[in-house]
Amino acid sequence: MQFLEFEKPIAELEGKIEELRHLHDGNGVKVRDGDEAAGEIDLADDIARLREKVQKQLKATYAKLTPWQKTQVARHPLRPHGLDVIHGLVEDFTPLAGDRAFAEDRAIVGGLGRFNGRTVMVMAHEKGRDTDTRLTHNFGMAKPEGYRKAIRLMRLAERFGVPVITLVDTAGAYPGVEAEERGQAEAIARAIETCLDIRVPLVTAVIGEGGSGGAIALAAANRVLMFEHAIYSVISPEGCAGILWRSGEAAQQAAEALRLTAQDLLKLGVIDAVVPEPLGGAHRTPDEAIANLGLAIEENLKPLLDREAGVLRAERRDKFLAMGRVAA
Amino acid sequence: MNWLTNLVRPKFQQLVRTRDVPDNLWTKCPACGHMIFHKELDKNARLCSHCGHHMRLPVERRLAMLFDNGEFERIELPKVPLDPLKFRDEKRYTDRLKDAQSKTGEKDAIIVAHGRMGGINTVVAAFNFAFMGGSMGPAVGEGLVAAAELAVLQEAPLIVIPASGGARMQEGILSLMQMPRTTIAVDKVKEKGLPYFVLLTDPTTGGVSASFAMLGDVTLAEPGAVIGFAGARVIETTIRETLPEGFQRAEYLLDHGMVDMVVPRHEVRDTLIRLIDLLMNPRQSAIVLPLPAPGRPDGAPEVPPPPGPGVQPPPPAEAAGPEPTSGG
Ligand SMILES: [Zn+2]
Repeated sequence: MQFLEFEKPIAELEGKIEELRHLHDGNGVKVRDGDEAAGEIDLADDIARLREKVQKQLKATYAKLTPWQKTQVARHPLRPHGLDVIHGLVEDFTPLAGDRAFAEDRAIVGGLGRFNGRTVMVMAHEKGRDTDTRLTHNFGMAKPEGYRKAIRLMRLAERFGVPVITLVDTAGAYPGVEAEERGQAEAIARAIETCLDIRVPLVTAVIGEGGSGGAIALAAANRVLMFEHAIYSVISPEGCAGILWRSGEAAQQAAEALRLTAQDLLKLGVIDAVVPEPLGGAHRTPDEAIANLGLAIEENLKPLLDREAGVLRAERRDKFLAMGRVAA
Repeated sequence: MNWLTNLVRPKFQQLVRTRDVPDNLWTKCPACGHMIFHKELDKNARLCSHCGHHMRLPVERRLAMLFDNGEFERIELPKVPLDPLKFRDEKRYTDRLKDAQSKTGEKDAIIVAHGRMGGINTVVAAFNFAFMGGSMGPAVGEGLVAAAELAVLQEAPLIVIPASGGARMQEGILSLMQMPRTTIAVDKVKEKGLPYFVLLTDPTTGGVSASFAMLGDVTLAEPGAVIGFAGARVIETTIRETLPEGFQRAEYLLDHGMVDMVVPRHEVRDTLIRLIDLLMNPRQSAIVLPLPAPGRPDGAPEVPPPPGPGVQPPPPAEAAGPEPTSGG
């Protein structure tokens, strides 16, 4: 387990539990629930008590995470990533590659597969897990070819009447010379345009970081879901702090001011549903988090399946047009 | 006294604003360092008389330069909720907004106007860079939606002229949502078979470049304008790449296939009129010419545009087309 700064009390408790378990095992006794062998009760009880304390502490901490803490959780290195979710929820996943113009951009992975038995086109930002995979996937920061691949896959899905699921987890579009040279802005604009145009259901889940233009490029969807501790913002708190406070150290304040939490975004009408994370965040029990997400996607996708193609498109566009308007 | 304040105040503000000038009678060209007298600079639509460098042009002046006889009608911007995030950094957003409003005399960073260009009714939405860096929040997005709807209603072409650093941070995610919203807006114009033109001016970056600004049917750019997604400084500092000569300038975008043409300021109006006519009147030209040259007020002598590489002013007859000009 990797602990975040604000999880220190929890880390200490977990450390104690480890110690006791060690002691226990060192005595040649296995820890078993309900084990009443003499001399073991104390330790087992202690461990159980500490575990309860951890649960309580987790519950208390995670019930009132600040926006800045949520930012840390959303970026947690052990948080389930795009490919984890795809492998957890999509059977027969068949990756498809390339934009047919320049390159294959692995910052966005995508392909066909079956979600609850139905064919879907699934696409996700993938940040990578270790040095090698992070480099392969460019830390989940896509270049124009990544967005152009996404456009190609959305159009392919549309041709076969296959719904599209996108999973957003990116710090943002890649800020680099070649990306600019090949039209990063145009690629993002076209991806947004395509999301809004396709005549098949489009469901998006922001699973970690929803970083600005790089996120909305895949997220102009019929239904936009967000993990409980994910973030979604026009700019990173650090970037915002640097510009408006002229100091990166104000990131905490910027995170609050930006209203980037799932709870705030639901209130603002920008997302449609919040997907609960297991106690202590998705990184603690990724399988449980992914299962929750599967249920939420199914619940949101199902009503869209019988909708007429033109209606799907019109509803999606009307939803975005109505966003943030003065109540009539 | 109410009638007095209402009537006189705008004039008075105008006066105050012009009075600012004497501190600053000479302007140094940022490109060549040449000192230019402010009257000369204004007469020449803020082009450096020495090197032809295009300095930023006040938005009202730009509109006057585009429309026939400099005549146009502005439409009221739709109302949007005030400060939906209750954003505050070192300063309240509502205060920043008020400052920008009193400084510019405008409600937000966009002006929507309609009038005739070459006799053809045209809708123009132009960004006001002087208003919080032309940043795009819900008010600007609504302005673009209104402009698109007006174009559809009038069966008129739409010209959008961005001059913007990107999304307005102080309206957070709602600013990001203007990317899909403005994309839907300009698509409405295209769906009606009406042409959508973009004139990229300095600067066009961030969320503005990555949405409607890169979706033009035909895209023009002013010489030297900075156009791109990521800021040059962001690229330099985060990626540590050295930026190539002329990076993210209009000419660089032209070379990389991202814009159709780089057009000197004094040729923008004629170029747009010709394009509108070619697309709107495919069988016979309907341009109403000749027209008095707009944008050169007070009978100022015409300053010939500085010679630019590869740019030749079209012969006067060309704009009118092969057909004799007629009233319609
Ligand atoms: Zn100069």
